[in-house]
Amino acid sequence: MSMAMGPMRGGVGATAKSKDARGTTRRLLARLAPERLKLVLALTLGVASVGFTVSGPQILGNATNVLFNGIVSKKLPVGTTQSQAIAHLRATGQNQLASMLSGMHLTPGVGVDITRMGEILGIAALVYLVGSLFNYLQGFTMAGLTQRIVFTMRRDVETKMSRLPLRYFDSHPHGDVLSRVTNDIDNLTTTIQQGLSQLITSVLTIVGVMGMMLWISPLLALVSIVTIPLALVVTMWIAKRSQRHFTDQWRSTGTLNGLVEETHTGHELVQVFGRSEATVDEFNTHNTTLYAASFKAQFLSGIIQPSMQFISNINYVAIAVLGGFRVASGLLTLGAVTAFIQYSRQFTMPITQIASQMNMLQSGIASAERVFEFLDADEEDPDIVAEPLALTPPRDDVPSVSLRHVNFRYEAEEPLIEDFSLEVPTGATIAIVGPTGAGKTTVVNLLVRFYEIDSGHIVLNGVDYRDLTRDQVRRTYGMVLQDTWMFSGSIRDNIRYGRPDASDEEVVAAASEARADSFVRTLPEGYDTILDEDASNLSAGQKQLLTIARAFLADQSILILDEATSNVDTRTEVLIQEAMAGLRHGRTSFVIAHRLSTIRDADTIIVMDKGRIVEQGSHDNLMQSQGVYFSLYNSQFAGVST
Amino acid sequence: MVLLRLLGSFVRPYARQVALLVALLVAQTAGNLYLPNLNGDIINNGVVAGNLHYILHTGEWMLVLTLVIGLFSVGGIYWASRVAMRTGADIRTAVFSHVQKFSTRDMNVFGTASLITRNTNDVQQIQIFLQMALTMMVVAPIMCFGGIAMALHEGAQLSTLLLVAVPVMGVFLGTVMVKVVPKFRSMQVKIDRLNEVLREQITGVRVIRAFVRSDFEGQRFNGANQDLTGTALSVNRTFAMMLPMMMIILNLSSVAVVWFGGRLVSEGSMPIGNLTAFLTYIMQILLSVMMAVMVAILLPRAAASAERVNQVLATSPVITDPATPRRPEVFNGEIIFEEVSFAYPGSERPILESLDFTLAPYSTSAIIGGTGSGKTTLLNLIPRFFEATTGHVRVNGVDVREQNLEGLWASLGIVPQAAYLFSGTVATNLRFGREDATDDELWAALEIAQATDFVRAMPGGLDAPIDQGGTNVSGGQRQRLCIARALVKRADTYLFDDCFSALDATTDARLRAALKTGIGAAAVVIVAQRVSTIMDADQIIVLDGGRVVGVGTHQQLVRGCPTYHEIVVSQLGEDATR
Repeated sequence: MSMAMGPMRGGVGATAKSKDARGTTRRLLARLAPERLKLVLALTLGVASVGFTVSGPQILGNATNVLFNGIVSKKLPVGTTQSQAIAHLRATGQNQLASMLSGMHLTPGVGVDITRMGEILGIAALVYLVGSLFNYLQGFTMAGLTQRIVFTMRRDVETKMSRLPLRYFDSHPHGDVLSRVTNDIDNLTTTIQQGLSQLITSVLTIVGVMGMMLWISPLLALVSIVTIPLALVVTMWIAKRSQRHFTDQWRSTGTLNGLVEETHTGHELVQVFGRSEATVDEFNTHNTTLYAASFKAQFLSGIIQPSMQFISNINYVAIAVLGGFRVASGLLTLGAVTAFIQYSRQFTMPITQIASQMNMLQSGIASAERVFEFLDADEEDPDIVAEPLALTPPRDDVPSVSLRHVNFRYEAEEPLIEDFSLEVPTGATIAIVGPTGAGKTTVVNLLVRFYEIDSGHIVLNGVDYRDLTRDQVRRTYGMVLQDTWMFSGSIRDNIRYGRPDASDEEVVAAASEARADSFVRTLPEGYDTILDEDASNLSAGQKQLLTIARAFLADQSILILDEATSNVDTRTEVLIQEAMAGLRHGRTSFVIAHRLSTIRDADTIIVMDKGRIVEQGSHDNLMQSQGVYFSLYNSQFAGVST
Repeated sequence: MVLLRLLGSFVRPYARQVALLVALLVAQTAGNLYLPNLNGDIINNGVVAGNLHYILHTGEWMLVLTLVIGLFSVGGIYWASRVAMRTGADIRTAVFSHVQKFSTRDMNVFGTASLITRNTNDVQQIQIFLQMALTMMVVAPIMCFGGIAMALHEGAQLSTLLLVAVPVMGVFLGTVMVKVVPKFRSMQVKIDRLNEVLREQITGVRVIRAFVRSDFEGQRFNGANQDLTGTALSVNRTFAMMLPMMMIILNLSSVAVVWFGGRLVSEGSMPIGNLTAFLTYIMQILLSVMMAVMVAILLPRAAASAERVNQVLATSPVITDPATPRRPEVFNGEIIFEEVSFAYPGSERPILESLDFTLAPYSTSAIIGGTGSGKTTLLNLIPRFFEATTGHVRVNGVDVREQNLEGLWASLGIVPQAAYLFSGTVATNLRFGREDATDDELWAALEIAQATDFVRAMPGGLDAPIDQGGTNVSGGQRQRLCIARALVKRADTYLFDDCFSALDATTDARLRAALKTGIGAAAVVIVAQRVSTIMDADQIIVLDGGRVVGVGTHQQLVRGCPTYHEIVVSQLGEDATR
């Protein structure tokens, strides 16, 4: 059944040409290594299954022979021997018939040996049953084997993901990473699941059929030995060409998808800017390209089957004619010819399958390469500390955090944070301001060790980061980040994210402190409301409140608020600021925001530009010195003066 | 059925091609059915009779027939691919053009992601099904019934076997389908679930690491992975049974044919060549049943896709042009809200309630209020993206419902809250609303939008590439390009929906100053969160909970409107209110 579906499915996902197909194949095979015993078992079962199935037509052919012998014998006079009958025929000038009979086992006068035929057919039925049973066992074994391989593969990808440094995610488009760990893995899974098993069966079947043909009649087998490679070559030739169009088809589909996504996302803009017609025209251009590619792909892959049928029919005719001659001249039995005809019908199916599996394999290898690339990406340096020091609790006489001569750059050539030093007393609130790209977010990245500093020291409660594990450091920080990420699950579990063992009461208490409780209660399911993937059932402000509640509950000794309140409306913001002030009490906090009003009451304001601290001091001090902060602050009131 | 109706209407233009391909496939199948008959003749009249000449002659005839069959089937495939793919392309165009007429509400009903899937993936399913249907659905029945007819012709007595073999095959395949199809569906759901977990790990990587929850995510993934593997294993094991079972049915049928046929032959009631032919026919009949089942497997998927496509095509846009549109006499940018209320369909609580105000011609107006106060919704009523539930929205003196939509839109320049750019270059984006704008005009707009510096610094300047959505420029740059895009269009009224939020205060101030002189007499409506952005507007409308709680200038409102006062204090401090 995969015969007809194969060529079409073969094109799916085959968007990329593989760069190092051989190396990738080797690595893919290495993944099979742990399953080699099962694989050998499956192969053995496959050989057994093909062996049995392939001998079926031969046995059936024997039955035909018994039948034919019987019919012919019955026509001969009783009491004569076979040689007498042949001699008689030659004498009467029927040379042709005589030759044929000479190739048969006849008992003149006796009809068809029904018992013998029954025995043979019984054996044939048994052979077919056993063959199918082995086939089933092979499939069963392969199913388990491939699922285990695929399972491990997926697990490895996930494990890898947790080991990759943030740098990887920041420097690779999310869409591409996602495509590798989902689409490519899915495609690879399909290849392994369907391709491997079928490929084995197909190859074995061809070998088995050829073997049987050679055994029955080397001369007739010669016909097939010519046609099989011909069929393979034709199939591969067509498949290669259709593959190209499949690639085009998937590329055009991608382009079209992009256009549709873009147009629909900007739907209102397209309408208001009067671009509907132009967009439809553009769509039609790409749509026509897609049509042309998919037509060619479908047509070409579609003619594989008729071509196979054509070759198979030629083969059939050749065998029928040649076989007819051979039987007529007594060099071959009729049963052998009928068996041969069945064999010739049998080998076209595996060949078409191999063609489609080749397509699938190509696309699978391209995917495997992308997956391996992902698995090969540089991992986060393991925590170098052999025995991490215990983290001392915050003390008033020791700075909570101190950065000493810190240097950091994302790109080796582009200096960013240069000789950055900062002492943060325990319990202080540090506000960081500055234009976009000043390095505010980078400071956060370094504080929570999303990135490691190039040189210098960061010291937490008197302990150098280098003597601590990343997890130790991160557990010290409570964060409200710019991105209001929620995982798909209940609101309750999302709030609990930072402290899974928190009780329901604690969740509600945290939500109340973050002023999220009242809106959560208005939702039909309250705290059990399930958020979908983008939490699109909540407004930006509500999501922000939940992330704040999450930070409340996590209850860490140092807070990082990264532009956290920029999405919350001004009135809620007032409430949050009050709550934040409460939370900040006794905690060290870093606040990063555009709005100066939120940070005016900070102990120290740090003004950053181009990775450096350009000013540092309290609001009043900075206003007096009339520097960068002063002009930043005044620009907020620029509207008033005009 | 939706699928058939959909295909019916879209395939109709290609009726001739379909007729041609059916004729080709019928001829091809007939030829294939006739071949075994000739083979039987070779055995009966050639081999058994020892007539070499006959064998050779029939062989030649078979070869010719084979060639003709091959040509017919290639022709059939050609037209089937042509018609199926053309129909697919037609459906895609129909869906896309139809969606272009959708209003915002219609868009929201489906969602962008779903519309994309419907426009491409679903159509893909339908066209593949059509391709299969056009070939197999034509071939299978002819082959099946033709095969039965020929089998009857070759040996009527033997045909009782068909009464057993065909139903057994049908029942078996049917059972497998009934068992496997739901499992398939559940497997798809589990794949989606697994991918969702992975997607979350990518998008949420910062939060996961900050809260040290990698292990938890790992467990979540592991659960999903095991779940999926379990189902996939069961599906694959069921499939592992399918092929061997089908082979058993096929092969045991042949054994039975030889057994029963053999007896008939030995009794002399059937020539031996017919037995061989019959064997081939029974194979063909069973193969055709397999083919039909295969199409049937694709059917539910295609049917579901057709339904989803049809939902889009059957949706008539909620907002359409009036039968007799009225064209405003003046384009002065005057906007009047008369007792306007708005509620989302199905929602009890209105988002906007009894709005009643006039935005004077050629003036700058501002709308301020907290999140959820209805600012953006209010703005969306002006271009009729949404329609007022009650009351009237008049633009340039005419109710928006009485205006031609394209005419209304042509008079408006809009900068939406989500700064969105299209893939292309800076120039193609700026020319979005007016294709014939000169480079000088583009630079002039960029100058007002405070975007000249960074555009000049971009490689290629105006020709610098922009990625889809504008992701390769910063948020602030994106907002400024969106503003410039609206300016290039030259509208009578500009609507700015909170589009200064990513700008730092200095740029914000400079931009507003440039805007004042740059847009001439056009009217402006600004929605903003930041007081500093709007405090110099001619008129400020303060929204709270969907109602207007204050109208006036900054000075008036600071004194007269408590909500406004509160906003000012929270952002600028107590000093600013004096």
